[in-house]
Amino acid sequence: MFIINCPFCGERDQSEFSAGGEAHIVRPKQPTELTDDEWADFLFMRKNIKGIQFERWNHSHGCRKWFNVIRDTSNDKIHAVYKMGEKPPSN
Amino acid sequence: MKNNYSIFSLLKNSLSYHENWKQAWRDPEPKKEYDAVIVGGGGHGLATAFYLAKKHNMKNIAVVEKGWIGGGNTGRNTTIIRSNYLWDASAGLYDHALKLWENLSQEINYNVMFSQRGVMNLAHNLQDVRDLKRRTHANRLNGIDAVWLTAEEVKKFCPIINTSPDIRYPVLGGTLQRRAGTARHDAVAWGYARGADAMGVDIIQNCEVKGIKRNRDTVDGIETNKGFIKTKKIGVVAAGHSSVIANMAGIRLPLESKPLQALVSEPVKPIIDTVIMSNAVHAYVSQSDKGELVIGAGTDAYVSYTQRGSHDIVEGTLKAILELYPIFSRMKMLRQWGGIVDICPDASPIISKTNIKGLYFNCGWGTGGFKATPGSGDLFAHTIANDEPHKLNSAFNLNRFVSGDLVDEHGAAAVAH
Repeated sequence: MFIINCPFCGERDQSEFSAGGEAHIVRPKQPTELTDDEWADFLFMRKNIKGIQFERWNHSHGCRKWFNVIRDTSNDKIHAVYKMGEKPPSN
Repeated sequence: MKNNYSIFSLLKNSLSYHENWKQAWRDPEPKKEYDAVIVGGGGHGLATAFYLAKKHNMKNIAVVEKGWIGGGNTGRNTTIIRSNYLWDASAGLYDHALKLWENLSQEINYNVMFSQRGVMNLAHNLQDVRDLKRRTHANRLNGIDAVWLTAEEVKKFCPIINTSPDIRYPVLGGTLQRRAGTARHDAVAWGYARGADAMGVDIIQNCEVKGIKRNRDTVDGIETNKGFIKTKKIGVVAAGHSSVIANMAGIRLPLESKPLQALVSEPVKPIIDTVIMSNAVHAYVSQSDKGELVIGAGTDAYVSYTQRGSHDIVEGTLKAILELYPIFSRMKMLRQWGGIVDICPDASPIISKTNIKGLYFNCGWGTGGFKATPGSGDLFAHTIANDEPHKLNSAFNLNRFVSGDLVDEHGAAAVAH
């Protein structure tokens, strides 16, 4: 349980948000040409990092917008929040 | 087995005020090389080592554990054992485990306090009724005992349940597996550790894996904080930390690790003599032999390795518990804790070889691994010893995420994930 600083609404309780999993997984440009291995990789395989993880969140009980979060999964500390399409902060 | 535990050893030791009991297992330093190394000294890992030594005669093996044995999810679960899963593959896997549970105390000469007190799953809406009835039929076709109970029969089986039709999620019936029940979870880890140790397995605690050394597509050994250990076979049974170990070997797994919580109340006199689970309102409860209510909550919906859980999850669970059991309204909760569960997209486990020769994974048990402990260890030992899965775990391979042949137990597994 922690506070997330929604880039559109400000600080809110985590229970207002839905986690969208690992961020920056690029949707295949040519889905018809993908092998089964590449599909498995895209659909199922995850880094599931213990430490600094880039992830997507949705403010589902607020503005309902998607954005990105950099969070340390070993202590739930949030290091940065940035909007979809933006490059992650470099620190 | 040396130092057999029995009524006679108990009497003998009582004469010396129980001060001369031998250590249940050694505390060895790692050797330079083993035939196989199991990463993770929880119930599943220790069971794997036990069956490798007992059934496959692999005695030059070690179990390495980052902390102390049974300190992870083995000691954090709500000890429920059942096998009433929907799909044939799951039914085979979990009922294999249940059959081993029935003789486990004798097999390992350690009382795991296995108690077949029954597990009841409640239905709260019409779809629940249909799903649970379908599951009882599927169970019975697979030779697993299951019965459907009407709301009146539920009330008769467990009189403290509120079956009033005007509660938010009324009880419309339920299923009962009488062979299901509970066991003392740390006894399972201790018993398997003692049994494996007696056959020569080295159990090395406070030994953290720092890296997996590969020679192209073959494993060479593991780097640990106690030095390099050479081995040709590595069986990873690291539960919530499986992905961390996989990343060391340069592979990714279809897992997400999330906190799952449980809590216990103050001890009271016997009030529930079974286990009651409810999928729709996500609450389950049983009573320990000490008298505490043992309550399981849901997972947090995000990846985290923090071994705690969110307050709103506990709150939701306790609201449901209070509506179903108004008698508990003044009970005080004593302790709450979390464990990290590794969840597969199809809510079924992975007991599998990998593309790297000599590297095996037993993971993805998600929220319900304890019940499978003996079966999981037995089948994983078979997979490691023969470099081929047993027919009971062949469906639970890693390749199912490529082929699409998933074992989709989401919702079908009689409890929400």
